[in-house]
Amino acid sequence: MTQVNRVEGGQIDRNTPLKFKFDGKSYTGHAGDTLASALLANGVRLMGRSFKYHRPRGPLSAGSEEPNAIVTLRDGARAEPNTRATTAELFDGLSARSQNCWPSVKFDALAVNDAASDFLAAGFYYKTFMWPAPFWEKVYEPIIRKAAGLGALSMQEDPDEYDKGFRHCDLLIVGAGPSGLMAALTAGRAGKEVILADEDFAMGGRLLSEQIEVGSTSALDWTTQTIAELSSLPNVRLMSRTTVIGAFDHGIYGAVERVSDHLLEPAIGKPRQILWRIYAGKTLLCAGATERPIAFENNDRPGIMLASAMRSYVNRWAATPAQRVAIFTSCDDGHRTAADLHAKGIKIAAVIDTRADTPMSMNYEVLAGAQVTNTKGRLGLTVVEVQLADGSTRTLECGALGVSGGWNPNVHLTCHQRGRPTWDGDLSAFVPGGTLPPGMTVAGAASGDLSTNGALLSGANGAAEALGIKAADTPEADDTPATQSAFWYVEGCKRAWLDQQNDVTVKDVRLAHQEGFRSVEHLKRYTTLGMATDQGKTSNMGGLAIMAEIAGKGIPDVGTTIFRPPYTPVAIGALAGRMRGMEFHPTRLTPSHYWAKECGAVFVEVGNWLRAQWFPIEGETHWRQSVDREVKATRASVGVCDCTTLGKIDVQGADAATFLNKVYCNPFAKVAVGKTRYGLMLREDGIAMDDGTAARLAEDHFVVTTTTAKAGPVYQHMEFVRQCLMPDADVQLISTTEAWAQFAVAGPNSRALLQKIVDPEFDISNEAFEFMACANITVCGGLRARLFRISFSGELAFEIAVPSRYGDALMRKLMEEGEEFDVVPYGTEALGVMRIEKGHAAGNELNGTTTANNLGMGRMVSKKKDSIGTVLSERAGLNEDDALKLVGVKPLASEDKITAGGHLMAADGPVDAANDQGYVTSAAYSPEVGSMIGLALIKSGDARMGEKMRLVSPVTDSEVLVEVTSAHFVDPEGGRQRA
Amino acid sequence: MIINHPLLGPRDSAEFVYMGDASLIERPDPEAENAADQFHDYAYLRDNPAGELRELWFHEGGDRSWLVVTRDTRTHEISKVELARDVARSKGRSL
Amino acid sequence: MRYSGIKVIKEALTGHKGWKPAWREPDPKPHYDIVIIGGGGHGLATAHYLAKVYKQKNIAVIEKGWIGGGNVGRNTTIIRSNYLLDGNEPFYEFSLKLWEGLEQDLNYNAMVSQRGIMNLIHSDAQRDAFVRRGNAMILNGADAEYLDEAQIRAEYPFLKFDDQRFPIKGGLAQRRGGTVRHDAVAWGYARSADNHGVDIIQNCEVTGFKIENGVCKGIETSRGFIGAGKVGCAVAGNSGRLMGMAGMRLPIESHVLQAFVSEGLKPVLPGVITFGAGHFYVSQSDKGGLVFGGDLDGYNSYAQRGNLPVVEDVCEGGMAIMPMIGRARLLRMWGGIMDMSMDGSPYIDKTHIEGLYFNGGWCYGGFKATPASGYTFAHLLANDAPHETATAYRLDRFKTGHMIDEKGQGNQPNLH
Repeated sequence: MTQVNRVEGGQIDRNTPLKFKFDGKSYTGHAGDTLASALLANGVRLMGRSFKYHRPRGPLSAGSEEPNAIVTLRDGARAEPNTRATTAELFDGLSARSQNCWPSVKFDALAVNDAASDFLAAGFYYKTFMWPAPFWEKVYEPIIRKAAGLGALSMQEDPDEYDKGFRHCDLLIVGAGPSGLMAALTAGRAGKEVILADEDFAMGGRLLSEQIEVGSTSALDWTTQTIAELSSLPNVRLMSRTTVIGAFDHGIYGAVERVSDHLLEPAIGKPRQILWRIYAGKTLLCAGATERPIAFENNDRPGIMLASAMRSYVNRWAATPAQRVAIFTSCDDGHRTAADLHAKGIKIAAVIDTRADTPMSMNYEVLAGAQVTNTKGRLGLTVVEVQLADGSTRTLECGALGVSGGWNPNVHLTCHQRGRPTWDGDLSAFVPGGTLPPGMTVAGAASGDLSTNGALLSGANGAAEALGIKAADTPEADDTPATQSAFWYVEGCKRAWLDQQNDVTVKDVRLAHQEGFRSVEHLKRYTTLGMATDQGKTSNMGGLAIMAEIAGKGIPDVGTTIFRPPYTPVAIGALAGRMRGMEFHPTRLTPSHYWAKECGAVFVEVGNWLRAQWFPIEGETHWRQSVDREVKATRASVGVCDCTTLGKIDVQGADAATFLNKVYCNPFAKVAVGKTRYGLMLREDGIAMDDGTAARLAEDHFVVTTTTAKAGPVYQHMEFVRQCLMPDADVQLISTTEAWAQFAVAGPNSRALLQKIVDPEFDISNEAFEFMACANITVCGGLRARLFRISFSGELAFEIAVPSRYGDALMRKLMEEGEEFDVVPYGTEALGVMRIEKGHAAGNELNGTTTANNLGMGRMVSKKKDSIGTVLSERAGLNEDDALKLVGVKPLASEDKITAGGHLMAADGPVDAANDQGYVTSAAYSPEVGSMIGLALIKSGDARMGEKMRLVSPVTDSEVLVEVTSAHFVDPEGGRQRA
Repeated sequence: MIINHPLLGPRDSAEFVYMGDASLIERPDPEAENAADQFHDYAYLRDNPAGELRELWFHEGGDRSWLVVTRDTRTHEISKVELARDVARSKGRSL
Repeated sequence: MRYSGIKVIKEALTGHKGWKPAWREPDPKPHYDIVIIGGGGHGLATAHYLAKVYKQKNIAVIEKGWIGGGNVGRNTTIIRSNYLLDGNEPFYEFSLKLWEGLEQDLNYNAMVSQRGIMNLIHSDAQRDAFVRRGNAMILNGADAEYLDEAQIRAEYPFLKFDDQRFPIKGGLAQRRGGTVRHDAVAWGYARSADNHGVDIIQNCEVTGFKIENGVCKGIETSRGFIGAGKVGCAVAGNSGRLMGMAGMRLPIESHVLQAFVSEGLKPVLPGVITFGAGHFYVSQSDKGGLVFGGDLDGYNSYAQRGNLPVVEDVCEGGMAIMPMIGRARLLRMWGGIMDMSMDGSPYIDKTHIEGLYFNGGWCYGGFKATPASGYTFAHLLANDAPHETATAYRLDRFKTGHMIDEKGQGNQPNLH
């Protein structure tokens, strides 16, 4: 098809033809076109179907307020549903298709809904589909869901990348129309850092669409010159294709730049879009205004559009929706469209003006005091029915109808911090008012100043006032004050669309009022008015006005709904940026990571860390084989585990011991230098927070360890105690988790192994370096290190720390020197098995609800001192007679499984919540015991040793008999770790 | 939000961790006769004002200061930022 | 007026002239036996059950703005009873059972859709915790189902399994969970309460309580004094403000929680999915919008709006678990005021002031609780004794040490 509706002029590049497809059919447009303008030029008015009644629809607007012309852009994984044809830039190879229609946009089976619309009135679904009850999920809902929705997702991973960035400026100008450009000139010439952002790909706003003069030149030339000057200023950043989506606290704005949406696909290494966080000293909103439609019967046919949009299509894009058009207007703006179209040789069927005193024209017929009462045309407008001033009717044949009901300032961003706009009776429109986001002012049409001259002046003055500088000189332009009076709908209309996408008509608003849904929020929610992808930009005011009239109130008394971010919908991918896939969270690697990888270790995510889970060797096919081997080898000889991930906090100062005595519930005041003590920290509410060790390396120096998961929170807590509760304490804290690589060396040969690397001047014999000792030492001939004789496995064990950069080397050295002892590396699984065998509490037991009493450490809580959590730990509810106690469980039949998360029930009696005795916190196969074992929290557990209980896990379908035992399955006397 | 750190200047609130009402600085005397009641009120009851609130923020992604930020919970406007340590001292806390 | 398919057809054929207002707009009377403050889901449900189940008369619901305008009008519409602790699970299961019969009870289609909810599991510790939770649910008479990775892959093939920072290792499903059309819940309860004679008074702001000798005698409002035998407060995020007028400090902080909805899409998600390693949960409304959310913004706020970092955080979670939504667009975001309690669990209790009752502390989980909250609060108001499923929700539980802390985060509300 040729471009039958292409007219002369415009700002398209006729030398650059672009081929594109819509619904499988090939067309040609030009650089500078949008998909909508190119389709109109090709004689295509029908671009989609509405949500509920599947009515045929073409573009209503030429911008981001578009409710109707929404399509699925691109194919395959890049398919992008619900894209406005009116803002989609044309590119060569563009492919788009209509959506929410089957089998085709021209013949849509669900258009039957339109015929049945009386049955589908607002809120009908709340009144039916209730019987029988199970039918909702099974019958009604699937049908409704399938019919609802607009475009479809590809169900494939988005192949494009998104970036995020930060920018700062003295003045953020939102919108590059006449006011925005003048504001940028004012601030830019004064040397201020300026960001000028506009959602359009070309800057200029309405200046691009009007045949007017600015200064002594055309609006377009003035725009071009101004942009050229702004581009030459290094302190001005022009951001086209950038939508400021929201005004957030303290001058922070979100903006989305569509870097590659006008390309077939992003250039290599380039993102599709960038989310900018703009920190603006001041902000000037120059977002313009949106023309408002008039509701009349069947006002939604393809070809019926806003008069200003029609002007844009013709003036900017050289595309007319039809060769013969009519205009329906309640203000002078419609006449401007008629004049511009006439000048391009497009036939004007008539201008229908609701006003009696309308300006007349020599060039075309003007019907004063007339109204459009109905339209015809199944897939596009063919006939407009008009009621004339004298009451007679007349039909006009035309392919398009431009509608103008005046303009609404785009106040959206002024309301993002919940300020409400105020009603301007002269304009019959809401204008910015109330409390604006701090730092924001408004200029141009967005402020209600609807003339070009006013926009230029208020832009210059707005920037000048915001920054305390002098306004730039403004060129002269049309300063006819805008007059617009309220004309929302044609009397007697019923199926007259307000929200075209969601199919909300005047009739629906009346019904909502009749049924008591009279507050504007009720109206919106009951009818879905303004809830479509255009966010009600062209529909809210009409709905509000009609509700006000029915209710006999003024529009401001009915209220306005709150405008929320984003200004226009934003791709979820852009908000996520690069934080997806493996980059979703940072990955922290242990010092021995690359060594472990060489060994073929299997890794597991532990918070942000990746830790070796086990180290399979040749012939092992199941993880249990590896883990059992690692446990046995460690207990038999020696094993090494990287435990760097445990939090490490350096505590120094004269009051270090006093400080630790406050944060740990057990005493720390008298720990001897060279000794390590196990410590339990409580939260202030008396619940166990974390456990670990504190090693006193010097009178004024402790090294505290935390669990891996709690490294951050414990550090934060300790800083709170230090700064907020003990501000004068002479103590300093620093997290050294990443500074030191730390390895557990465990097993009867651990000392023998360490003796090979510890420098000879350090005696680590049992006598010189007894259980719980600690020291600063050197290894491997002078490398500084810290040695702690602590044991998580219950074996003779040490933890040795060296500066992180030596961690890899130390691990290799330990493996090399340990060969004679058949040393094994062990992972987190074996670590877990051994700690369960030993009965040590870990994350599963320290779950934020357990007390020292529950964990069998009640007596550790010192009553002789004040420490965090002591007072509230004494509450009755935490110390009841049948409180949970940490014990062990093992199956009566050794092959039975212990399920962590299983609940314990008495051996006989009902199995239900009322008879719940507790639950298994951790479970593992114990090579030492020869069966699975578990740790459990059981009511009065410490008094139930030997009791047979049922361990039930209905959710995993298991039930076994277990015996309650001590939590210490291995070496309960602790002889090994003291050896 | 932007918090104007008394030592470091304006910082994005994303660098901070929030804890809540700065009354948590005023930990009761555990030796007091009604210590249990006092600790209950301290740990669990809040004024929760719709208006100015003095609250604790921890500069986790920065210098690890605890700050007392005075912020309006209706508008998020911040009127004052202090080092929690100074506030604690002014409340008579020491060791 | 009874709603039915036949009535809809009849009205359609006669120009919809017969529909009556869903509720009256009465002026307040000088005195009611029971006044409920708060025309949200919980307040309206309380009125409905007071009138219908507990046969109380002379009841009013007092609403500052328009009914259903609080958190029942802005939430992510999820219902479930997948709680761990004995203090909670029977209550939420009771609530789920009430949801299951809600439409027939109210004669209003709130679109209770038991499409299932799935909590994804990403680590062994998480698995252990979810197995424990699933067992607790079943032991309390609810349904729960554990799925391994293969089953998740089969059921949710569009999730990201490969190159996943936190691989999916399983999931805990509750098939009876799902979603409800949230506004319709408020409207359905309001209409039913009104039908049972309850006065619903909108645009009436409470300015004070009349308390004499420790007894609450009524409330001062923007429309004058209203005497009351009993006053029940159910104002969610505004609890601190309201109860402050009665001189009470509460174990509550008000926080902002943001929620999000995408443009309408053809059906892609069968049920509710919760990404346990990121801060993201999502379902799809009948209209086609993806409805999703994540964590609190984290600071006290009455502003009903949030900030960009949390928006990004939530979308990052979404893209991590289902990167097919990258090209879907976020359409609207909003913030609600959450009455965050000190242990993450609510309060339904008498206060120390005679005749004054309190319902609050719902954190961000109040929507699913609406029916049971209304039912049990009505029980308390009618009988001066707690309903058997709500005995643990006492205001003094922190004094006695009987916290109901599902997450184990202790007395820091923004962590629950």
